[in-house]
Amino acid sequence: MPYIKFLPLKATEVTITRNSMEHIVIIGNGIAGVTAARHIRKLSDKKITLISAETDHFFSRTALMYVYMGHLRWTDIEPYEHWFWEKNRLELKKAYVDRIDTDAKALYFSEGDALNYDKLIIATGSVTNTFGWEGLELDGVQGLVSKQDLDALEKNAPNKEICPSAVIVGGGLIGVEMAEMLRTRGIAVSMLVREDAFWTNVLPNGEAEMISRHIKSHGVDLRHNTNLDKILGDENGQVRAILAKETGEEISCKVVGVTTGVKPNITFLKDSGIETDKGVLVNRKLETNIKDIYAIGDCAQQREPIGNRPPVEAVWYTGRMMGEALAQTICGNAFEYNPGHWFNSAKFFDIEYQTYGWVFSEQRRKEYEQHFHWKHEDDTKCITIAYHKDNQKFLGINTFGIRLRHEIMDRWLTEEREVYYVMEYLRDANFDPEFYDTYEAEIVSKFNSEMDTNIKPKKKNWKRIFSY
Amino acid sequence: MNATNNNMSLTGEPPKALNTQQKMATFIGLAGLAILFLAMFNLDFPNKAIWLTVSLVSIAVGTIWFAKAAYLNKHEGIKNDGVYFKSISSKGLWAWVLGIAMTLFYVVLYWFPAYLGLVKEGDNQGVIALFDPLSKQLSGNPASQWFLYGTLYTLAILAFGIKFIWKYRHNRYEILRTISVMFFQLSFAFIIPEILVRLNQPYYDLKNIWPLNYDLFAGYKINEFLGAGNIGLIMLIFGVLSIFVITPILTYKFGKRWYCSWVCGCGGLAETAGDPFRHLSDKRQSAWKVERWVIHSVVVFVTVMTTAVVFSYLRGNESESISKWSNLDDKMVVISEPEGKPIGERILAAQEAGAKSVIFLLKDASEKPPVIEKTEGITIKYGVVSQADNQPVLKRIEEGQDAALTATDGTSFIVQKGADVKQYDNSLISKEFFVWGVIIVLTLIFSWVMLFKRQELAKDAKYGAIGYFAVVISILLFTYYSSPGKLFFFDAYQLNKAYGFVIGSIFSGVIGVGFYPIFGNRVWCRFGCPMAAILGFQQRMLSKFRITVNGGQCISCGNCSTYCEMGIDVRAYAQKGENIVRSSCVGCGICSAVCPRGVLKLENGPLEGRIDGNEILLGNDVDLMTLVNRK
Repeated sequence: MPYIKFLPLKATEVTITRNSMEHIVIIGNGIAGVTAARHIRKLSDKKITLISAETDHFFSRTALMYVYMGHLRWTDIEPYEHWFWEKNRLELKKAYVDRIDTDAKALYFSEGDALNYDKLIIATGSVTNTFGWEGLELDGVQGLVSKQDLDALEKNAPNKEICPSAVIVGGGLIGVEMAEMLRTRGIAVSMLVREDAFWTNVLPNGEAEMISRHIKSHGVDLRHNTNLDKILGDENGQVRAILAKETGEEISCKVVGVTTGVKPNITFLKDSGIETDKGVLVNRKLETNIKDIYAIGDCAQQREPIGNRPPVEAVWYTGRMMGEALAQTICGNAFEYNPGHWFNSAKFFDIEYQTYGWVFSEQRRKEYEQHFHWKHEDDTKCITIAYHKDNQKFLGINTFGIRLRHEIMDRWLTEEREVYYVMEYLRDANFDPEFYDTYEAEIVSKFNSEMDTNIKPKKKNWKRIFSY
Repeated sequence: MNATNNNMSLTGEPPKALNTQQKMATFIGLAGLAILFLAMFNLDFPNKAIWLTVSLVSIAVGTIWFAKAAYLNKHEGIKNDGVYFKSISSKGLWAWVLGIAMTLFYVVLYWFPAYLGLVKEGDNQGVIALFDPLSKQLSGNPASQWFLYGTLYTLAILAFGIKFIWKYRHNRYEILRTISVMFFQLSFAFIIPEILVRLNQPYYDLKNIWPLNYDLFAGYKINEFLGAGNIGLIMLIFGVLSIFVITPILTYKFGKRWYCSWVCGCGGLAETAGDPFRHLSDKRQSAWKVERWVIHSVVVFVTVMTTAVVFSYLRGNESESISKWSNLDDKMVVISEPEGKPIGERILAAQEAGAKSVIFLLKDASEKPPVIEKTEGITIKYGVVSQADNQPVLKRIEEGQDAALTATDGTSFIVQKGADVKQYDNSLISKEFFVWGVIIVLTLIFSWVMLFKRQELAKDAKYGAIGYFAVVISILLFTYYSSPGKLFFFDAYQLNKAYGFVIGSIFSGVIGVGFYPIFGNRVWCRFGCPMAAILGFQQRMLSKFRITVNGGQCISCGNCSTYCEMGIDVRAYAQKGENIVRSSCVGCGICSAVCPRGVLKLENGPLEGRIDGNEILLGNDVDLMTLVNRK
């Protein structure tokens, strides 16, 4: 990277002296920023610079766990080889942005240098969310969001001799990942979950309870209805235990994993004039209140929530989709961020989870939303189908231990099929590997007996599957 | 920033230690190997059958117990914890020790079998002698180094196959395909050929298809087939049908996986014993470029070599080719080609080569017997014999009995019991027919690709195809019109020998298997195997098989690419929402198994839409997707 000395110039002068090639600067090299960069490059010849203080190269954040577990090396979680960036003329700068001067269109780095931009994309992602507990500053207290968090965990919990036990606070996706990671090294894990089953703010109870049982079966001391009171340290400022609020019990541990969600990483934007709330406030075109500045990914907050989506969506896929949409806008083809049907997936130890459309938990269930639930007797597979109680329209599906074909689900949601149709053609949607046991007959038979219907599941048909 | 955090294994103590049961199992397995090792150093075991049994059972029990202790006490699911922390599976000290030991074994096996105790004349010694009882049980013959190798190879596939099945016991695709390779190795590759030998039939592993089985059409093999009557002929025809009919049909329906990961012996070993090393394959794009050139060069090499070998075999079968260097000492020579070089000259050539007598076998009774011209200088007995009139006598000769042939002029040719008879002009096809057949088949394939599939070839693939096609066709035409029996300056025999040495031994054995712990388990299949290249070419061009990518669910984690033994960067396709249709994919199904988000599915579906390039993934604005996909 050439060292660019920042010169304070008036806005008009900048325009005159600016290189004729428009300079797009993206803060953050995560999935949102990199997707935007790739698509801008496809559509244009603009100069593109990606800035990150975290790593030199883009990596898959969702794969951090596999490095600690020894499934993958660091290099394996980088989706592009290192020549990719230069070949596509994507300039990389490893630096931390301290401050943005939106009038001079300049970024100031904590390293002391600065950089001008024509258009700025903020894609800085998330940081760990905490609730101001006592003892958060102690050594051994950490989240699992960044490369630095992974390094910290390798240092704090290299093995069960140095770290015999750990406590994880919060029962979301990162919490269960962290539990799985620590268990591979034989470390005793206690997990404090506020609710009476795992992730009940998202999952319907039947599913949440099944996952709770599965987590326990992996030797995790999963404690429902338990909140953290405070974290206790020793004389060296190292974690030694936590206090549980409800019972007052002290659980000794060397590591406290804080996995109570994430929040937008936007502290560096204060005093910049860019309007923020929880995240950077954007309109549907992903524009902030200041011209030529955009925000995408985890750090963006929609002024108006889109459909049932939360205003801040901290999900891999939405980051990517915002990057795709914004690239069009930046390249002169103004496009709104207009996501299609909601989908997501995760894996809880050995159980895969997929969701399409909206299936709400008991806490958040809409008044019109009705559920059909089936669970396999082996307690590792289940599905929940949400439908409208008045018109039987299919609203969404959660599956555990069964893979579904995204295209089929997306089509059925678009076509607003009735739940009966979903049952009848469920075999078209199966995406499990060949020769797997199939459960459609069992699922439909339970549906028939509960709903007093007589649906016969149709055989899988390629013509239907590919008829889009 | 350094890409690999090397100090991780020093500071951390990741899941790499063996539990007590695994240690005991390792000890038992190594004890079994130690027996073989001691035998190799000529420790004379008194009761060989018992010691061999003890050794093989210990190896099997050790491996299977190890697997049980590793997997069966855990949940069903992916078992890759600590793969990159264990020395053996992350190119550490133990990986090198194992790699070097296996390489040495291959060097001894191929080039110094005497060190294993092989004795050509007389009783075997050393470790090969230990295998004599088993070999005698099966084929009735003493063991060779290949029998020892085959036994250990089969044992490895069976024992590590059970390990693999337990490792992936939640995945029925993996279980079934492993049972399949175990079955084909034990029956087709190991037991059936030995039994064929016992029944005095040619040794033939029916699933070992040309060009993987590069010697299938070598002269000695063809002689063996033809010498074995109808069964031999059926085998030869099956060998030809295998590559030209059976293989294309199955590959069209299922992709090349039906062979590479369900049937093949090389694939069988790679998928079982080689499974712990699958992540070591090189995923860089540069490795892919090298792969494409190397493997297709091997296909060209094997095609030219086999054509040369068959051509020279056919040429050697023509009575025209008889010269004073043809080794015909005291043989009765049978010729039957009336056209070409005068028959008298051919008889004279046979005489110079030491033949005892020459008869011209008149095959078509309706034809007039040829007039034998240019007879000056002939001192040996010769005459024309009608096949129709001597049918029972010819049969007796075939069976090696005493017989007397009667010539058309009434003279009689006595054939002693067991006497040497050398027949010419009796092959089914002529060398001209063969060479033109090869040229036509290659031209048809080349034209089909260039006319209908050229959009699917990358630039370098096109240049490569045109270049290699031109080279091969010129070699064949040159051969046809000039020095018979040779290809350029290469003698067919030398060419075959060179191929066997460089490709058959060094590439598939020493590098292919010996280097499992360093380069991964499919180096041979990926860079060297001409069979895999041909099947892969068809898989890419004309097959129902693909790995479907599930909409927009990919999170780019890299498990699929890392655990792809063929070094395919699966993620590069998955994260773009593009189906994976790659020549090299052997359909092992592990990418689909290790994917944490259910993104990949191996399936055989309609040809339409098999290869698609959805740059924008499902999930986003429908209008945007349409716009970007329009391109």
